[in-house]
Amino acid sequence: MSSKRKKLGSEHLQRVIDTCKSVEERGLDPFNVDVDDIIEVVRKYFPEWESPRELLLDAEAIHCLASVIKLQGDWVKHRSTSLYTDPFLLEEKIRRLSREELARLFLEAWHPIIELEQISLHSLAEAMKYWDGLLPINERWLKTSYLEVETGATTREELVKLRILAEKTFLEELEVFWEELKQRVGGEEKIRYWDFIGADTYSETIKRAYIASFLVTYGYATLEVHPLEEEIFIKPFEKPKSMLGKKQTISIPVSISFEEWMKWKEGKQN
Amino acid sequence: MKRKAHYARNIKRATHLLFYRRHKQPGVKGWELRKRLGSDYPKVVKILDNHLENLDLQVKTVFEGEKPAGEPTLEQLDKARFYITLRGGLTPKETKMMGWRIDDIAGLATTISYIIAKKGKAPREEIEKLLRNKLPGWRVDINMNRYIRSGYLAEDENKQLYLDWRTRAEIDQKALVDLLLSKEENPK
Repeated sequence: MSSKRKKLGSEHLQRVIDTCKSVEERGLDPFNVDVDDIIEVVRKYFPEWESPRELLLDAEAIHCLASVIKLQGDWVKHRSTSLYTDPFLLEEKIRRLSREELARLFLEAWHPIIELEQISLHSLAEAMKYWDGLLPINERWLKTSYLEVETGATTREELVKLRILAEKTFLEELEVFWEELKQRVGGEEKIRYWDFIGADTYSETIKRAYIASFLVTYGYATLEVHPLEEEIFIKPFEKPKSMLGKKQTISIPVSISFEEWMKWKEGKQN
Repeated sequence: MKRKAHYARNIKRATHLLFYRRHKQPGVKGWELRKRLGSDYPKVVKILDNHLENLDLQVKTVFEGEKPAGEPTLEQLDKARFYITLRGGLTPKETKMMGWRIDDIAGLATTISYIIAKKGKAPREEIEKLLRNKLPGWRVDINMNRYIRSGYLAEDENKQLYLDWRTRAEIDQKALVDLLLSKEENPK
């Protein structure tokens, strides 16, 4: 398609959009728009459109045309109702009738809404109760006034105290935990999982199990599962190994229930 | 006897609900009546409507969208809004007591009937031009804003005027158009 023809087509579609919009916005007669003619125009240029801008213009023209068809449908629907009347005839009547006559006719068709605006005894009692409990305004304002304080800088220790910052970063904590694991293993290669995470309290045990799970995930250690013996060992690495992307990793769910912790604790004491 | 007491109690409840404004707009939705009066609220409303007839009042039901052709379903009633309105018409003297001048009423009549004739939507400019034939220009703008504020008309961003909730509740649109068309003009 030559650029000249494309330009002509775009202008044609823009005119279609403008016509449809003016019908919609200015309440013109929707039957002034020849729908068949417009569809023919849209169909004629459609196979030639390539760029998104051209296709958007085409879609807008179709959308505007659909709105006009809807208006035509509404018009037919309205015409079939008992409310339909020739607008010119009605306009003429309105123009010819005096203000007094118009008002008198309107009053025959007007049935205003009736509503009551009255306070009830219950509302009055509630309002009195509220009023009795209400503090004088100078006292209320006193309560909401601001306390002026000097601005200053806070320290890291203070933030740690307020629990806004942790004492150690998580990675620091993980490294300390890894060192502890290496020490506990000693000359051995591995240690029983429960012997490592188990602590005097159940909550501490949960915390240690949580950190141990990160030791394994981040490649500081690995788990060795002996399903027949129902034993799990944790084995530290000398250097952290990143397994991500190198090897298919698996998740091992380990239950740390209160009963299991009790069982472990009793076994340790015996 | 128990049944009678049940309806008497519910009619009182319905009267309170319908007469006192509880929301930004007056009137009560059908589902609200069902919640407070039970599933037989249409019957309660009907009995109340009969009671109100002696006082020249009525319970007006305004449905969402068009009025159903036959008996409305419970679902349609639940979505409808119920108002108490005057059953008969007003006299010009009575409208003065309500704070409406004859100019205001004539302007409202013209605006509403013009919008009905234009299939429910008309440009504000066109209506204002029509009103300026008989009313001073400064009054036209004030009145138009008053009609919008009261809920008779709604205006969109393109300055098109529509009939709003109060027109649907208070005005018998078909009767208005019929009255206008059947009016014989007085020979001048």
